[in-house]
Amino acid sequence: MAKTVALVAAATVETPGAVVRLREVVKTYSSGALDVPALRGISLEIPLHRFSVVIGASGSGKTTLLNIIGCIDSPSSGTLEVCGEDIAALSDDAVSDFRARNIGFIFQTFSLVPVLSAYENIEYPLLLVGVPPAERRRRTLAMLDAVGLAAQARQRPNELSGGQRQRVAIARALVKEPQVVLADEPTANLDSTTGASIIELMRRVQIESRTTFIFATHDPQLMSHADETFAIRDGELVDHRRGGAR
Amino acid sequence: MKLLLKIAFRNMLRNFRRSLMTGSAVAAGALAMLLFGGFAAYIFAGLETNNVQRIGHLTVFKAGYFLLGAGNPAAYGIDNYQAVIALVAHDPVVGPMINVITPTQALVGIAGNFSGDVEASKTFLGTGLIPSNRERMRQWDEFGASAGYVPDRRMSDQDPSRGLIGVGLARVLGLCAPLGMRGCPQLPSARSSTGEAAPSRHELTELAARDRLDERASTDGNPQIDLLAATAGGAPNVVQLAVGGAEPQGVKELDDNFIAMPLALAQQLVYGRGEHKATGIVLQLRRSEDLPAARARLMTLFRQNRLDLDVRDFGELSPFYGQVVKMFSAIFLFIALVMGVIVLFAVINTMTMNVMERTNEVGTIRALGVRRAGIRSQFTVEGVLIGAIGATAGAMLAYLIAALINHAGLTWVPPGNASAVPLRLDVAGRPLLVTGAWLALAIVTTLAALVPANRAARLPVVDALRHV
Repeated sequence: MAKTVALVAAATVETPGAVVRLREVVKTYSSGALDVPALRGISLEIPLHRFSVVIGASGSGKTTLLNIIGCIDSPSSGTLEVCGEDIAALSDDAVSDFRARNIGFIFQTFSLVPVLSAYENIEYPLLLVGVPPAERRRRTLAMLDAVGLAAQARQRPNELSGGQRQRVAIARALVKEPQVVLADEPTANLDSTTGASIIELMRRVQIESRTTFIFATHDPQLMSHADETFAIRDGELVDHRRGGAR
Repeated sequence: MKLLLKIAFRNMLRNFRRSLMTGSAVAAGALAMLLFGGFAAYIFAGLETNNVQRIGHLTVFKAGYFLLGAGNPAAYGIDNYQAVIALVAHDPVVGPMINVITPTQALVGIAGNFSGDVEASKTFLGTGLIPSNRERMRQWDEFGASAGYVPDRRMSDQDPSRGLIGVGLARVLGLCAPLGMRGCPQLPSARSSTGEAAPSRHELTELAARDRLDERASTDGNPQIDLLAATAGGAPNVVQLAVGGAEPQGVKELDDNFIAMPLALAQQLVYGRGEHKATGIVLQLRRSEDLPAARARLMTLFRQNRLDLDVRDFGELSPFYGQVVKMFSAIFLFIALVMGVIVLFAVINTMTMNVMERTNEVGTIRALGVRRAGIRSQFTVEGVLIGAIGATAGAMLAYLIAALINHAGLTWVPPGNASAVPLRLDVAGRPLLVTGAWLALAIVTTLAALVPANRAARLPVVDALRHV
């Protein structure tokens, strides 16, 4: 049976409400005649402006949970509310527009558009939401500067190191000033030093931008920085605690 | 759109070799379509020029002549044809469109050569015309497809008894030597007669003497033949024709029967001392594009004036022209279809590979908020870009090759022609052909790109992101 963890609003005044609400969310994948449950009725609330991590073993359902929160996958049953919007009520195009405005993604494999430069990759989300050219340029340059890649603005992803690529991905996720940034194992493909600097960067920009970060991770370094930790096992939420976990 | 084009262009360069191969297939398609299209266009222009020079754009006949007149042209003479010509020539609508308007007289009869030891006769198909108008018509060259105008002085308005005959007829009538024709076999010494109920030398000479036409004949050293025909009233009539030369007609049946003579002589033969009529009024227009309007106006004009006349265009009078146009159009369509299919599959293959290789990228940009339609547009634009560049390259190559061939000085004998004309590929002068081929290929590449683009757009985001 699903275990419900209702997260009370954080003690600080910066966390007035939940940005993500899941109620009895079930996700089942069909593999031929076989139904494989990935999430088994998860209910949780994630507060605003927090650095939250979802932890769990491989196959526990972390990525599925993040995909559903990010509105790139839909639950088999249950309800999902992100930024106050009932996602199930939106059309496919409306969900795309919602993602474009409200959700930033940071992927394990960076997933930059290979034919665009660092500058163009960061600028891309602003084009999708129709930011005027001058404002677009100002915000892109500011974000490049914030992630320390002003000198690499013209370089394409294949000319950047892994750490630099992930910095571009972070800048791309943040440039549109989304409500929520989702990061799936953002340090998994980086060495420990680079990973640490990336965590440091994300933590800094999260505090500066007051954006809600939600991670799925195995990385103990990342877990130690968490404001909220959600533990998942076999598709069920088994623990929630404030603060990091080791 | 700018971003779409930027990404499309860079992806094209990223997979340069693949894009090059696909673009080359499109270019080859454009090249084949344009070179053959240019060749066909030149053939059409050449045939049209040839026909319009000979028989004009439109011919006015007495109603019924087109279907029944061949048996007895004299029975279908247009009464008071000069008045009809004046009516048409002075009409404010059709008048300015006309380059030449001239009467003609068709006739059938028997031609005989009884000079010296030769005794030969043959049925003929004759045309009576005004030599100066014929020369003006021969200068028509709207499309620049003529081999070049060379004045022909073998017939003239000043000599009403001199005409031309087909090479085959000249051969049969034993006129090879008198006309200085090369490669012409000697006529057997025995009396030769190929026409049914051919008259004897005595009969023809007697008829000619009776009409005293030989007194008016001006020979100028040209061989003379006798022409026998039935008048409109049914009486036999004979005139003498001075043969100014032999002219190949392209089609053997016509070559063996053809005689062109001054209109007055033809009328003399057909109508004798009766009212001289004409079986046709030929209109050569300044521009072929005026043909439908001119024809419609003529019909209106004749209806308004209660004239029982019919109008036919050169395509109806020369079905061979229509047959050649249809044949080359069918070949062109076939080539275009084959090329279209090749391009279709080449682009589908390339774009499918692109989609497969970039599935993860599709997932990423969908996650960033790009709609399905945006993904569809992205891959479609890439396919269209390759197609557009390939088609443009093909068109430029076609221009270049056509220019080289046109300047090489090659000649050929088109179907239905009796003499060689320059071999040309009319690509540069056919903007509609070039635009049409370019657009057709662009449409094919768009359709081809839509198939994999739709597949990419339908990919679930999470599946696309998982794709390695």
